[in-house]
Amino acid sequence: MIEIKNLSFAYSGTDVLDNISTAFEQGRVYGLLGANGVGKSTLFKLLCGLLTTKRGKIDIDGYSPADRHPGFLSKIFYIPEDFEGPAVSIKNYASGISSFYSKYDENLLHSLLNDFDIDINRKFTSLSLGQRKRAILSIALAMNTEYLLLDEPTNGLDIPAKAEFRKMVAKAMDDNRTIIISTHQVKDVENLLDHIMILDKRCVLLDSSVADIQQQYSFDVTMQRPADALYCEEGLGGYCSISNNTTDEESRINIELLFNYINSKK
Amino acid sequence: MEYNEHKPIYLQNVDLMQEKILRGDWSEEERIPSVREMGAMVGVNPNTIVRSYQLLEAQEVIYNKRGLGYFVKEGAVARIKENVKREFIANELPQFKAKLEMLGITKDELLKLL
Repeated sequence: MIEIKNLSFAYSGTDVLDNISTAFEQGRVYGLLGANGVGKSTLFKLLCGLLTTKRGKIDIDGYSPADRHPGFLSKIFYIPEDFEGPAVSIKNYASGISSFYSKYDENLLHSLLNDFDIDINRKFTSLSLGQRKRAILSIALAMNTEYLLLDEPTNGLDIPAKAEFRKMVAKAMDDNRTIIISTHQVKDVENLLDHIMILDKRCVLLDSSVADIQQQYSFDVTMQRPADALYCEEGLGGYCSISNNTTDEESRINIELLFNYINSKK
Repeated sequence: MEYNEHKPIYLQNVDLMQEKILRGDWSEEERIPSVREMGAMVGVNPNTIVRSYQLLEAQEVIYNKRGLGYFVKEGAVARIKENVKREFIANELPQFKAKLEMLGITKDELLKLL
């Protein structure tokens, strides 16, 4: 479990995260949403020990990421939004880092790369952005870490690769894993999420399971503006609205609408 | 597969599973994919898929054999048809009826089209 208490971080005087407290539990796939610049990527870097701060505390299964303890580092894998990759083959890169990850599954890597249609002998430097993304995602999943931090994982992926990605993550998910996906491409990953967290600079605006959100709110598209809507936007198909769910029926979450509603309330 | 309806994803997955049983892809007393396998098939979080299985189990469409997995229950096809019919009459039919009235389509005209 990841526990964050009163965490703050600033880049040369500019606050990014300001006194954030929250937690990420096992067995869940989190969608981490937030406007540009609220500190989603910074949070990822703090969680895996790439950045450190004296203000606040992060506890991951008894480890503090800033200590960069090998026992901790072998539990977590982070994929940044832009992964350049070194001038070595995927195969050599994976076997090189695999000594740090005790649960590495070589067969899984082969099968994932095969599903993604990537040759394991290719060098990262010879791959396109989308191919590099496929390669590093395959490596990340094959390392079988308990924590997986994915920053905009679908950026650069073509349409079939996005579907493939969803299947891979769904397959990889189990009760011991925590997967956090930070994205603006909500539609690419929404079926994967069972928990949604909306981050703002100074607080967590929303931290709820998909099931709870569906029970609390009702998402509708209607031709007329609903009178009792909490939030409403006019679009091509009519009025998209959020209202309190007073029935025992559930509707599908419109995450973009939810995001706009939550941000409009702050 | 594409999920784009108004229904929550776990219910859309229920629809998919029911369709598979109605089409005969999964026959009665046959073992169906596990929650994880199903999740991987459709690219959906296993925790979401669990809700689909729970609902279908409560509706006696599937059942769990301890240690062996989930199976289609005997009589599932008939029960699904009943459920889908009830849902059709409650939700789709009124909308269909309203559209007929709006367009001024009479009973005779409709019957000829059917």
